Amino acid sequence: MSDFSIIWDISKTHLVSKKKQTIVAALGVTFGIGMFIIMMSFMTGLNILLDGLVLNRTPHVQIYNKTDPTVIQPSDSYFGYSTNENYIHSIKPKSRLDRIHNALPILSELKKNKLVKGATAQATCKVFYLAGSNNLNGIINGIEVQEESRLFNFKDYIVEGDVNSLIKKKNSILLGAGIAKKLSLSVGDNIQVLNTSGANFTLTIGGIYQSGMAEVDDIQSFVNLKMAQQILGAGGNYISRIHVKLNNIEQAVAFSKIIENLYDVKALDINTANAQFDTGSSIRTLISYAVSITLLIVAGFGIYNILNMFIYEKMNDIAILKATGFTGKDVMYIFIVQALIIGLIGAGLGIGIGYGVSVLIDNIPFNTEALPTIKTYPINYDPFFYITGLSFALVSTFLAGYLPARKAQKIDPVEIIRGQ
Amino acid sequence: MDAMKPILETKNINKFFLEPVKFHVLKDITLQLQNKEFVSIMGKSGCGKSTLLYILSTLDTSYEGDLIIDGENVSHQSQDSLARIRNENIGFIFQFHYLLPEFTVLKNIMLPALKLGKYSKKEIEHNAYQKLEILGLQDQALKRASRLSGGQKQRVAIARSLINNPKIIMGDEPTGNLDSKNANIVFDVLRELSSEMDMSMLIVTHDHDFAKKTDRIIEMEDGYIIS
Repeated sequence: MSDFSIIWDISKTHLVSKKKQTIVAALGVTFGIGMFIIMMSFMTGLNILLDGLVLNRTPHVQIYNKTDPTVIQPSDSYFGYSTNENYIHSIKPKSRLDRIHNALPILSELKKNKLVKGATAQATCKVFYLAGSNNLNGIINGIEVQEESRLFNFKDYIVEGDVNSLIKKKNSILLGAGIAKKLSLSVGDNIQVLNTSGANFTLTIGGIYQSGMAEVDDIQSFVNLKMAQQILGAGGNYISRIHVKLNNIEQAVAFSKIIENLYDVKALDINTANAQFDTGSSIRTLISYAVSITLLIVAGFGIYNILNMFIYEKMNDIAILKATGFTGKDVMYIFIVQALIIGLIGAGLGIGIGYGVSVLIDNIPFNTEALPTIKTYPINYDPFFYITGLSFALVSTFLAGYLPARKAQKIDPVEIIRGQ
Repeated sequence: MDAMKPILETKNINKFFLEPVKFHVLKDITLQLQNKEFVSIMGKSGCGKSTLLYILSTLDTSYEGDLIIDGENVSHQSQDSLARIRNENIGFIFQFHYLLPEFTVLKNIMLPALKLGKYSKKEIEHNAYQKLEILGLQDQALKRASRLSGGQKQRVAIARSLINNPKIIMGDEPTGNLDSKNANIVFDVLRELSSEMDMSMLIVTHDHDFAKKTDRIIEMEDGYIIS
């Protein structure tokens, strides 16, 4: 240990006597680490935002009625598969109801399951929104508002009015922002909707719903589940979809299989429904890493250069240290320690700057109609980036210092002393 | 310890330079250095006296023959253990001062002892002040080494060579770069040390006046010891 304290002492003295070069070398690292942290925080912040836009409100498993044609046709079971006489063209699915058969028992079974965080029922009905002589076609979803808010952040997408108006008042509606704009309606106004069989309902607008996706906002509105069932002219057991949120999203695929095996329904898992989002995020992350690593490598070359220069300037010192009993390894450690000190100072500053700029970006206003819940640029303050940045800095400065330090280790003091 | 047992001994040391052409620098060098002996090595430049000194000091390891320091054959030891031997047994004085310019005078003197690690930092500091006092430089202790004059630097280098109380002090023209007044001071200090502190001196020099005052002169010519 006493060896280390001398090495530390010599390294420190060297660095202090070359303040300018030390600072320049450290700033190279600072720039690399700072940029790495800023880029990763911003990029993953954006990723989380975009994923959240879709994934947070997308159920892990959606359950609805099968509409596929029957796989084994009656004629197949009768003739067997081997004959050529039995060939049926253009098989169509048989007519089925929209509603899930036995929905209420399935729902209560799901809610008891330990894997399930929550499950909500929805009743979907196609309607026309009436405004003067205009008919806009659209969809009204009957929902259980409180569960939807709890599980799928439904509340975030109500930009005006009150989400609980659906509970307070039965004929209240949360109108899609696109529809509200087209019909120039606002909270408190009444709207007439026409169901497919021609019955007319008058609803009061309790709030405006904006998802950020125009094709949704132009057709979609929400009412209480009971109200939807009434518009459909159906009873309290009419449920067309069940949305399930699991405790662990990874289990979605397996869980949807189990449900399809247990009940006569179709279960769609989130991975199948949103495969493209995963790809997008991972490519964005990859690009951020590639750019940051490039920056760090450039910083590493800077350190390599400066240490090489140090060593040429310190030839005499190296010779004298070796002549007075310091080993080649001691000399090597002296320069590696210098590289690591530069790396640590640089990384420290880089982390500070990275955090500072992240906070700055986090406070820049960012308003866009597409993302109603976002007020400022998104930043992800994951400590992982700070730890990775620090490790990167130490590893790259170690490598950048190691090569020149090896050279110093091998310097022959006799050559230098004779050379004078 | 047997008074006649040499502190440093060589047997048939041969050394070749391979570049630019193969050249036989040292030829069958056999010599002995007794305890407390003050020996100077003289010869024309190019006769191999500095080369011999670097071999004796263990810095140069590419030679044939045996080098025995304090009864131990060190010819084939590893670089690390040679560094240890230098650290403990050999003090160095060069023609050019070779101090670390960024460090204080005191630190320069302390470094070899800190490396040896035999004493605590406090004791080493105390010893370093003692050595400085011997050389009359105690008031310069906290100055940066780069601020001293040439004669002062050389005296600091001597103080540094003493810090681990080595058995042998080697000098490569320690007075070659100094005026006669400073050269005399350096000689007197070395003389005093060899008689009082139980150290052997092995000094390469061009200076006849300096050599005449030593116990024994080893003369070299064309790689041979001639007397």
